[in-house]
Amino acid sequence: MSNTVTNVVFAGLGGQGIIKSSDILAAAAFAAGLDVKKSELHGMSQRGGSVTSDVRFGSEVLSPMVPAQEADFLLVLEPTQVEINRGLLRPGGVLLSPDLIPDGALRNKKSLNVAMLGVLSVLLALQPEHWEQGLKECLAVRLHKVNEQAFALGRRQGEARFKS
Amino acid sequence: MATTQQRLLLSGNEAVALAALHAGVHLGTGYPGTPSTEILEYLDHIGGKAQWSPNEKVALEVGIGVSFAGGRTLITMKHVGVNVAADPLFTAAYTDLIGGLVLISADDPGMASSQNEQDNRHYSRAAIVPMLEPCDSQQAYDFTLKAFELSERHKIPVILRMTTRICHAKTPVVPNQDVTPAPTPEFVRDIPGRVMIPAYAKPAHHRIRAKMAELTRFNEHSDFNRIYPGSSELGIIASGISVMHAREAAPQASLLALGMTWPLPMALIADFVRSVKRCIVIEEGDHLLYEALRAEGLMVEAKPEMYRFSELTVPRVRRILAGDLSPEPQPPKGKPPELCQGCSHRPVFEILGHMDCIVAGDIGCYSLGVLPPFNAMDTCVCMGAAIGVGLGMRHVLPEAQARRVVSVIGDSTFVHSGLTGLAEMVYNPPPTGHVVLILDNSTTAMTGRQEHPGTGRSLGHEPTNKMDFAAVGRGMGIKNVHVTDPMEDPQGFASLLQELLAKDELSLVIAERPCVLAAPMIRVYEQAAEEKLQTSCAGAVGH
Ligand SMILES: Cc1ncc(C[n+]2csc(CCOP(=O)(O)OP(=O)(O)O)c2C)c(N)n1
Ligand code: SF4
Repeated sequence: MSNTVTNVVFAGLGGQGIIKSSDILAAAAFAAGLDVKKSELHGMSQRGGSVTSDVRFGSEVLSPMVPAQEADFLLVLEPTQVEINRGLLRPGGVLLSPDLIPDGALRNKKSLNVAMLGVLSVLLALQPEHWEQGLKECLAVRLHKVNEQAFALGRRQGEARFKS
Repeated sequence: MATTQQRLLLSGNEAVALAALHAGVHLGTGYPGTPSTEILEYLDHIGGKAQWSPNEKVALEVGIGVSFAGGRTLITMKHVGVNVAADPLFTAAYTDLIGGLVLISADDPGMASSQNEQDNRHYSRAAIVPMLEPCDSQQAYDFTLKAFELSERHKIPVILRMTTRICHAKTPVVPNQDVTPAPTPEFVRDIPGRVMIPAYAKPAHHRIRAKMAELTRFNEHSDFNRIYPGSSELGIIASGISVMHAREAAPQASLLALGMTWPLPMALIADFVRSVKRCIVIEEGDHLLYEALRAEGLMVEAKPEMYRFSELTVPRVRRILAGDLSPEPQPPKGKPPELCQGCSHRPVFEILGHMDCIVAGDIGCYSLGVLPPFNAMDTCVCMGAAIGVGLGMRHVLPEAQARRVVSVIGDSTFVHSGLTGLAEMVYNPPPTGHVVLILDNSTTAMTGRQEHPGTGRSLGHEPTNKMDFAAVGRGMGIKNVHVTDPMEDPQGFASLLQELLAKDELSLVIAERPCVLAAPMIRVYEQAAEEKLQTSCAGAVGH
């Protein structure tokens, strides 16, 4: 197999859990034994400004940043951030926008980031146990249950949307 | 931290901390600054001894003391922090260190969170110290371990230069812990090696040059550098994150990846240059490597000037290789950051704006006071500059304007480098007096809410001595010292300012109100401290 790298870009606003969701994906891919790199910019972006985070995984990953127009998936948590980031996608790349999760479907709105990972999981080859490990490693124990539910909800939405 | 058997998924910052722990580091010290901050926090988290100093100069001086005493020490700071620590650095290089001293310089090309994008590779040349540049977290780990050994073997400080994408990117690490054991601290007198009066510093300058010559010979064959063989048509020389971008952009090229970038292994480089038809230097920032190789007479190409600015990326490296000088596509313009809702800095900047003050500002969350809707900051240069710059303006502006000048500085910034500014104000008061405003939000908010000497808590949030800003002001001889909460009483704050600006006297106003993001944790720390106190009191009674 040639070295195919999967490129995922997460985008949203500070405080939405962008970094956390990219951590979970990176941990899941790492648990699957793949080479993984994950990169984002910290700092001023924490104060409610735009945040993006890049996750790349495959047999060998070199640069930690997803080159513009090479993202396979663009996962966006905030509708206003869709257009400004669309150019990161490669031709044929998949945009996952927050309207994939119906309003009011989540018990806790804060777990939108994890619900969106559930949607993404339908499109990636990572196994359920890898996702489970990623979620467990990156979230505090008291948050496991609500986030597992959010992930499962996202996965159902993803299946309905992409597997029909 | 994610683990799979022996593999760990770590940021470069975490990798450095883990290596320091494995090297048996006796003390980690530094001052917060993006992108370096998490190193000491993580060192503390995994059980190492780590503490924040009031600023980078003090942190390095403490580190030098640890080394003279035979201990291993890790000192962390962002690139501009090295400017503050430059004075001890340049002379520490002359001394004979004992315990390994590793200085982390975390540069920020592209200025994700900084006031400039200076290239700290200059420091290795200027201060005469060896420099290592890892290209991922594995190398950050390996190089940190080796840096302690190198420092001890050559009795010299070692700079490990990282950049934002090395510090914050998470990549796999296999720790090996293969390191010579840390020495045991013990005082051994060495006056000519440590007392840099001219009589001892003159031979010391010769010694350091000899050490560098020795290090050059070492680096010619060191495993810090690596050749990725490829086509003889194109050769690339790179270091740090540029190695990764270059390997991805030009997988067919031959690549010399330099890990120890000062002193340079010129013979190794010359052989590489001769082995390829076209050789280009891919370096982020200044053309330092290129200039050094050209001075040596090596026929290498530089990147075009336009790529001096900001970070390199894979697409930019492709453009450099293609000689593409066309305008670059602009990255998406996102939503700019703003002060949090409920932030204690908000009412202050509203009032300063309303009063049409000339605001000599400083660095921290409160720098956002410059943006709409406040537009209430007129200068921001470096940490602590608010006070000096405000005084300078007061000295020369026409009286009516001079009276509008206020210096605004955060609490962490005040401790970092505002104290000497206050001394200046007391010593050389402008004819119209001056007003200094400390925005005391009980934390270093900008970099993620670290403690500092004014919070009364240590790096690990344990209680320690607390510096009293009002007492400092009075002790220095400032006539009017006021403590207020502009959030609770904005009207009172505005009239106080008005009153002080009208006087020809010196005033210090301390605006006290915790950062809203820090406040919940501060309550937890305070509660924990109280409970600890109560159980220890109960214990004392029992005994
Ligand atoms: C020499 C130097 N060291 C570190 C930094 C990074 N830095 C910028 S402002 C700041 C402190 C901010 O804290 P404070 O003054 O308390 O203001 P706040 O962010 O809490 O409003 C730090 C650590 C820097 N810019 N320059
Ligand atoms: S983190 Fe704290 S100091 Fe910074 S903007 Fe938010 S409330 Fe203000």
